[in-house]
Amino acid sequence: MASIAGGMFTGNSAWALSMAFVERQTNLWKRYWGWELVWLVYGVVNTVAITLIAEQVGAGVVDADISGLVLFLLIGTLVWAYLSAVLEDISLVIEWERWEGTIEHTLMAPVPRWLHLLGMSVFGILHGLVRTALIFAIALLFFDIDFGNVNLLALVAVVLVASVSVAAVAILAGLLPLLYPERGSQMSMMVQASLLLVSGVYYEVEVLPAWLQVFSFISPATYFLDGIRAAMIDGQGLADVAGTLGILALFGVIMVPMSLWAFNWAESYAKRTGKLKRTG
Amino acid sequence: MHSIPLEVTNLSKSFGGARQFLWRREKEPVAAIRNVSFQIERGEIYGVIGANGSGKSTLVRMISTLLTPDEGQISVFGLDIRRHELEARRLINRVSPDPSFFKNMSALENLLFFARIYGMGPAEIKRKAAEILGRLDLADRIREPMLNLSRGQQQKVAVARAFLTSPVLMLLDEPTTGLDPASKLQVQQFVREVREQHDATILLTTHDMDEAERLCDRIAILVGGNVIAEGTPLELRTRVANGRPLEQVSMETVFLELTGKSIEEDEEVMAHG
Ligand SMILES: Nc1ncnc2c1ncn2[C@@H]1O[C@H](COP(=O)(O)OP(=O)(O)OP(=O)(O)O)[C@@H](O)[C@H]1O
Ligand SMILES: [Mg+2]
Repeated sequence: MASIAGGMFTGNSAWALSMAFVERQTNLWKRYWGWELVWLVYGVVNTVAITLIAEQVGAGVVDADISGLVLFLLIGTLVWAYLSAVLEDISLVIEWERWEGTIEHTLMAPVPRWLHLLGMSVFGILHGLVRTALIFAIALLFFDIDFGNVNLLALVAVVLVASVSVAAVAILAGLLPLLYPERGSQMSMMVQASLLLVSGVYYEVEVLPAWLQVFSFISPATYFLDGIRAAMIDGQGLADVAGTLGILALFGVIMVPMSLWAFNWAESYAKRTGKLKRTG
Repeated sequence: MHSIPLEVTNLSKSFGGARQFLWRREKEPVAAIRNVSFQIERGEIYGVIGANGSGKSTLVRMISTLLTPDEGQISVFGLDIRRHELEARRLINRVSPDPSFFKNMSALENLLFFARIYGMGPAEIKRKAAEILGRLDLADRIREPMLNLSRGQQQKVAVARAFLTSPVLMLLDEPTTGLDPASKLQVQQFVREVREQHDATILLTTHDMDEAERLCDRIAILVGGNVIAEGTPLELRTRVANGRPLEQVSMETVFLELTGKSIEEDEEVMAHG
């Protein structure tokens, strides 16, 4: 038994612990496929509707070149679809299991919390990518867009690096139900909604009032959108987006440890005050 | 390795009273466990009985690392559970009064998840799960969503989940609540077998006094978070016998007399409102 205790959590076995969460989330996702369909339809409708605004703006204007605006809005809605998928998946880490009633059995298992959260994040990111790719593919049927300018390498790099800090934001939102069992999940949805306002999803952040731009500055989603638009609209390569990538990486380096620390703190707060679960 | 499976020393826990995070103070604190100490020997089944709200689940939660004690220590096979949390957790598992599963996932998917997070591999889990569920008459329901199982069947899957990881310290919090008499016997028999064959040590809470007497080597009685008596079932019965022949003193009598509530009193309360 000493060997179990001593030799745990190295290499493969640590990865296997994280993968247990990925596998569980996949099973849940299969059982709730109806919801996936709802989100997919919602995502497609939202994407098409918002992008049609560009067509509306161009209507009646002679020689209007709206292709830039179409692409700008399309990217905004797709990135938002991705962000909300990832934020929602990961930030339900506590709330979902509270609802199922499994929370205590999961949290008492000998899994270091960071491996638990890593598994949730890996699934959330994969899930978000799949859903967004589907929305993108379907939305393309509605528009005639020239993607000749897209720099794929820069695009992939921005998505990957940005996802790390998005996961960290989601973990911070997900710990709120540990602190506030009744209202935590509402609060965590408000965190998500605020990102929509300040990050320049549908407009350049410069149009925001100055005091709100402060929040744009500290939202990783702002740089995420910047990077994606640079790679997809302006065709910038890896070297051109290096600055944005650097900022996103810095967010990751700061926010990942911060979110893990905060989660652990919230968990121990819940265990001190009996807020994990009351009944039984 | 240290040989005492569970050692609880001067344990106390109260709820409320502390400052809420960035919020107002809660009302008066409620003491759920007060200065409780006991030890369980290797291979023992140790019962904890007490009225509703006497602190049994709170005690079990603290041992499971789900609640942090205000004061006192808990060590599992010599490991202080706060300093060696992950190592201690690997040695423990628990059955809670409510089955608590992912309702739309099958029993097998649930068991796969809950055992994988204890570091087990899928092949081993499937083999052991089939074996345990077979002994509990549930082998043919393993692929159905948990929702389709009755509460009692779910409780049996919960028992399987706990034993699947081969814990050396098992915490059974009302494991047979909601089971029919035959299933109850089945689970009790299973618990006894596991103890004998796998050298497991078991802490059991129950409201079923027959179960306590039949299964437990020693029993502690909790009243308002205090252990007010501890001993073998026979010792406890002898203690309250007071000249009566032992056959007339059941564990039920022991419970009612030591927890300060006699049946007559209850009847009086009923009669006089
Ligand atoms: N998370 C919590 N927050 C606040 N109070 C709690 C919490 N958990 C337990 N309590 C209180 O602590 C006391 C002991 O509760 P506990 O659940 O341990 O009792 P129990 O002996 O398991 O009861 P039962 O037989 O009904 O299961 C009760 O007064 C209960 O209200
Ligand atoms: Mg209880």
